[in-house]
Amino acid sequence: MGKVLEMRAITKQFPRVLANDKVDFDLNHGEIHALVGENGSGKSTLMSILYGLYQKDGGEIIVRGQPVQITEPRQAIDLKIGMVFQHFMLIEPLTVAENIVLGSEIRKGPFLDHKRMVSEVERLSEEYGLKIDPNAKVADLSVGLQQRVEILKALYRGADILILDEPTAVLTPQEVEDLFEVLNTLKSKGTSIVFITHKIKEVLAVSDRVSVLRRGKKIGTKSTAETNEQELAEMMVGRVVLLRVEKGPAKPGREVLRLDGVTVKDQFGHVKVNNVSLTVRSGEVLGIAGVEGNGQSELVEAIAGLTKVAGGSIHLSNQDITGWSPLRVRRAGFGLVPEDRHRRGLVLDYSVADNLILGLHGSKPFVHNGLRSEKKIAEHAEELIRDYDIRPPVASQPARALSGGNQQKIVVAREFTQNPDLLICSQPTRGVDVGAIEFIHQQVIAQRDQGAAVLLVSAELDEVLSLSDRVAVMYNGEIVNVMPIEEVTEHKLGFLMLGGRPEEYDANEVSGSADQD
Amino acid sequence: MRTKIKALPWQELLLPLAAVVLALLIGSVFILYVGENPLTAYGILFKESLGSVRNIATTLQRATPLMFTGMAVAFAFRAGLFNIGAEGQLYIGAFAAAWVGFTFANLPRIIHLPLAIVAGMAGGALWASIAGVLKAKLGVHEVINTIMLNFIALFLTDWLVTGPFHGGSWVPETARISASAALSRIYPPTRLTTAVYLAVVAAAAVYLILWKTKRGYELRAVGLNPSAAEYGGINVARNTIIAMAISGALAGLAGTEQILGLHNRFILRFSSDLGFMGVAVALLGKNHPVGVILAAILFGALQAGSAAMDRLTAVPRELITIIQALIIFFVAAEYLIRRMLRLKEDA
Amino acid sequence: MGDVIAMMFNTAVFAAALRMATPLIFAALGGIFSERSGVVNIALEGMMLTGAFTAMFVTYHTGMPWVGVLGAMLAGGLIGLIHAIFCVRYRANQVVTGTAINIFAGGLTVFLLRFFFGTAGTSPSVTTIPDITLPVLSSIPWIDRILGRQNPLVYLALVAVVVVHIVIYKTPWGLRLRAVGEHPRAADTVGVNVFKMRYISVVISGALAGLGGTYLSIAHLSRFSEGMTAGRGFIALAAVIFGKWTPLGALGACLFFGYADALQMRLQDIGIPTQFMNMLPYVLTMVALAGFIGRAVGPKASGEPYIKG
Repeated sequence: MGKVLEMRAITKQFPRVLANDKVDFDLNHGEIHALVGENGSGKSTLMSILYGLYQKDGGEIIVRGQPVQITEPRQAIDLKIGMVFQHFMLIEPLTVAENIVLGSEIRKGPFLDHKRMVSEVERLSEEYGLKIDPNAKVADLSVGLQQRVEILKALYRGADILILDEPTAVLTPQEVEDLFEVLNTLKSKGTSIVFITHKIKEVLAVSDRVSVLRRGKKIGTKSTAETNEQELAEMMVGRVVLLRVEKGPAKPGREVLRLDGVTVKDQFGHVKVNNVSLTVRSGEVLGIAGVEGNGQSELVEAIAGLTKVAGGSIHLSNQDITGWSPLRVRRAGFGLVPEDRHRRGLVLDYSVADNLILGLHGSKPFVHNGLRSEKKIAEHAEELIRDYDIRPPVASQPARALSGGNQQKIVVAREFTQNPDLLICSQPTRGVDVGAIEFIHQQVIAQRDQGAAVLLVSAELDEVLSLSDRVAVMYNGEIVNVMPIEEVTEHKLGFLMLGGRPEEYDANEVSGSADQD
Repeated sequence: MRTKIKALPWQELLLPLAAVVLALLIGSVFILYVGENPLTAYGILFKESLGSVRNIATTLQRATPLMFTGMAVAFAFRAGLFNIGAEGQLYIGAFAAAWVGFTFANLPRIIHLPLAIVAGMAGGALWASIAGVLKAKLGVHEVINTIMLNFIALFLTDWLVTGPFHGGSWVPETARISASAALSRIYPPTRLTTAVYLAVVAAAAVYLILWKTKRGYELRAVGLNPSAAEYGGINVARNTIIAMAISGALAGLAGTEQILGLHNRFILRFSSDLGFMGVAVALLGKNHPVGVILAAILFGALQAGSAAMDRLTAVPRELITIIQALIIFFVAAEYLIRRMLRLKEDA
Repeated sequence: MGDVIAMMFNTAVFAAALRMATPLIFAALGGIFSERSGVVNIALEGMMLTGAFTAMFVTYHTGMPWVGVLGAMLAGGLIGLIHAIFCVRYRANQVVTGTAINIFAGGLTVFLLRFFFGTAGTSPSVTTIPDITLPVLSSIPWIDRILGRQNPLVYLALVAVVVVHIVIYKTPWGLRLRAVGEHPRAADTVGVNVFKMRYISVVISGALAGLGGTYLSIAHLSRFSEGMTAGRGFIALAAVIFGKWTPLGALGACLFFGYADALQMRLQDIGIPTQFMNMLPYVLTMVALAGFIGRAVGPKASGEPYIKG
């Protein structure tokens, strides 16, 4: 079968970055072509150009043999290109059917033909095995079902080139299985699919071919059958990353953090953290592994006092800190590298110096009788900029002007220099360049060795494995297992992260190993 | 698109200036329409507002309430709040000041005047706090609430001044305040009072609070990124209420100034959109106290000169209102102005 | 006490309520269009005022009030277009632009009033749209005293509510309208032109608010006077919120506010100051927003300029 899509030498320059640098990409009829790369490698940009959301600065696009100009999503839709976005493009108060037909409505005279809208959606969902209630309000649907609506939207518009942008990021393992089944059904009916992800295992599970992007450049295209995890990882990252951080054995001391039956609910009353109990001692790193969205964020926010606790208690250094304000928790000896530095960790329009005192801004020596002590604030900034190698080393620049890695260094510098008893690092190296990752990892271990109790939450298994002394797995709001690092294998972690029970794993191991031979 | 050139400080000034020039240009179309020469009309406007010390004093007198309302709006903006309710806060503050002014007639001046001023600030602060509390505790956006509170304040003071506190004359106004609560004139016969000094002090205080105190750090952080502020141990709800209260106190001062300095009694609906003009002044002044003072003087000048223009030409004085509205349009559409200036640079 | 009850259910009060509600209904429907498309419209007041002036002005020169109605809608639509250009194209803050329009309209109408008629307060008297008797309604007892004989604009307002309801909920355009105010990017990705939707909606908004102003100057009264809308644009805005951004809800709110308005003179006789009745719409709206009577939540993207890409 021939190519349905060719993108040649696509270039896209954003104000600060070259997002796509002469990228070539093609798609065969009826194949699943995975497009992989780390965050910020330019995958979504490339596909947004194809869908008409961004305008390319160079290169050409050929769809079914015809060179095309796509400057509007409307044109992409007319070319039978559909896109399922990572952040769903759904209008929550509207029904499933209304969302699906929006923009290409079925009419009866000047009015909407509600009956035919519903029957058309039913027909499509039947044909592709995507069960859905056309009259349900989208706001009431689960994330998995909302994604279905997105796929149906594309199919309704007759798409036979379907782009899925990080479709699994928000799904439960079961929903991922279902999605893969749907993709295979679509493929068998002749749809050509671009599957954007940064998870190599998914690439291997579902794709026919895979293209790797790194920092805006195309690194290569492989047939999935002829590649492996190691090769793809190297293509993505560019060089073999030091997986093991240099560190000595942990010397666990007194108990610093103690959670007893902590339960957290979201604003709708859904349980997000369910009866979690664990302890972290001084001088150790406890890593929490888990697929994102299994309650890790809520747990961290609860400890930090940023979210209400619905049940249970939290002790920090033998003090009951349940229900304390974030400031009080902080002053009790707590530091936090939040998972989203732009949302939580930084005031981007504040200077680097002012960001370096966020949370300390009310304490001596930075404030005296309610007045800022500019001299102390400047000295503090100079010191941290030097110690943490924040670049460019200009204290008066707004944090917005710095790169992601240097922004993260601001957060790390601020939180670490307080030498807190309890340090929580949530996704500490997300969107950070390799050099900064190593630096941050070393700092985490240094904190541990100075006696801090470190709780590490990370979606990157490598990070959890290389930094932790003990590992806990969080699934569906619960801690399913806590184990010393020596007992951890990646395989076991993967099993637990996807909802397996520890008992089952041990049983499986016995029979499983027999099966394999 | 090429990398953006770092914004130079003079651009900060250029944008408001461009807005003013553009508004005056469009204003001249109106002047031409009524058959007058824009140069003549604007000439009179300029001369009558800035042409002599006396005219300058009048300009400052007209500018004073706008300095307060502009500062009120700017302060709230810095904390991420859009206080469009300065008008209502001004009325409540004005009434409170008037009430103290005519009720405690026997107090010595040294107590009476400050007490009346504090009452005016407290009235405005209290009124603004309603919207602040609703935002902080229930998450209701302050824009609609402050608009609603404007009207409630209006009708409330309507009632007070026509009902329980009616002064007894045939006009809807309260009794006169005693002389011990009145602000002193500093350049008779103009009605410029010491309130203008108070405005400068208020501007300095606003500057210090926002940029030199812990409180200001917290308020601005809440304005720029409430989530990060919360993470940094800043109580977002409390700072929201404080910001609205301070903003309201400043608006209350505008009303206080009008009562203690100009009218010497509460007159039914005395404010001619002073609160709404505060929005314009704040925007034009880039929400900075110094900018606000300058912008208020500009608006004061337009108003001070408008009577003469009205008298000496066929141009109705409402031209000034139109120009003020146009200035708001163009300041608000910064994007438009930036593009226009960019075009010039490219050409 | 019986007197009070009798007064509250007096058909004359109901009929007056309907008249008071009419300008509010038009403006509120306008507000719904604008807000549903994602553009906050606190400029309804200024749009009404412009409409009221233009209706008088055109009627004065043509002697034909219906031409005045047309002119008012055009003028309101033009103000809407200005609002849209600044908010949609130039991404100005919508509340700021709205404030500017209100100030602008206040200044412009008096400017023109003084220039053309040489008076500041009130325009000369003009021809009005006369009341009409509806044959069917006027034959039903009780109803006839409320709806039997009214101004054509009163009937038009009620018809407009139904039309707007159908447009918003039963047509493709209405579906798109509901989408762009809620999640403009989603609408954009399926080929809906967000900018165009917003331009059209805000212009309609202005035209309807202008129509509301018309009722004041050439139906209810026969002249324009300075600031004659007296906050009605904001009451209409309150009705939009109180009616949860739906045409039928807004109708209910307008009728209720109109009723409170109609009742105030009579309540004054029993010692309730008129000002307290005047406050009612604003107080109730705050209560509604605070969530005490079923939380009022508006279109999600309302107030935010849409930036493509």
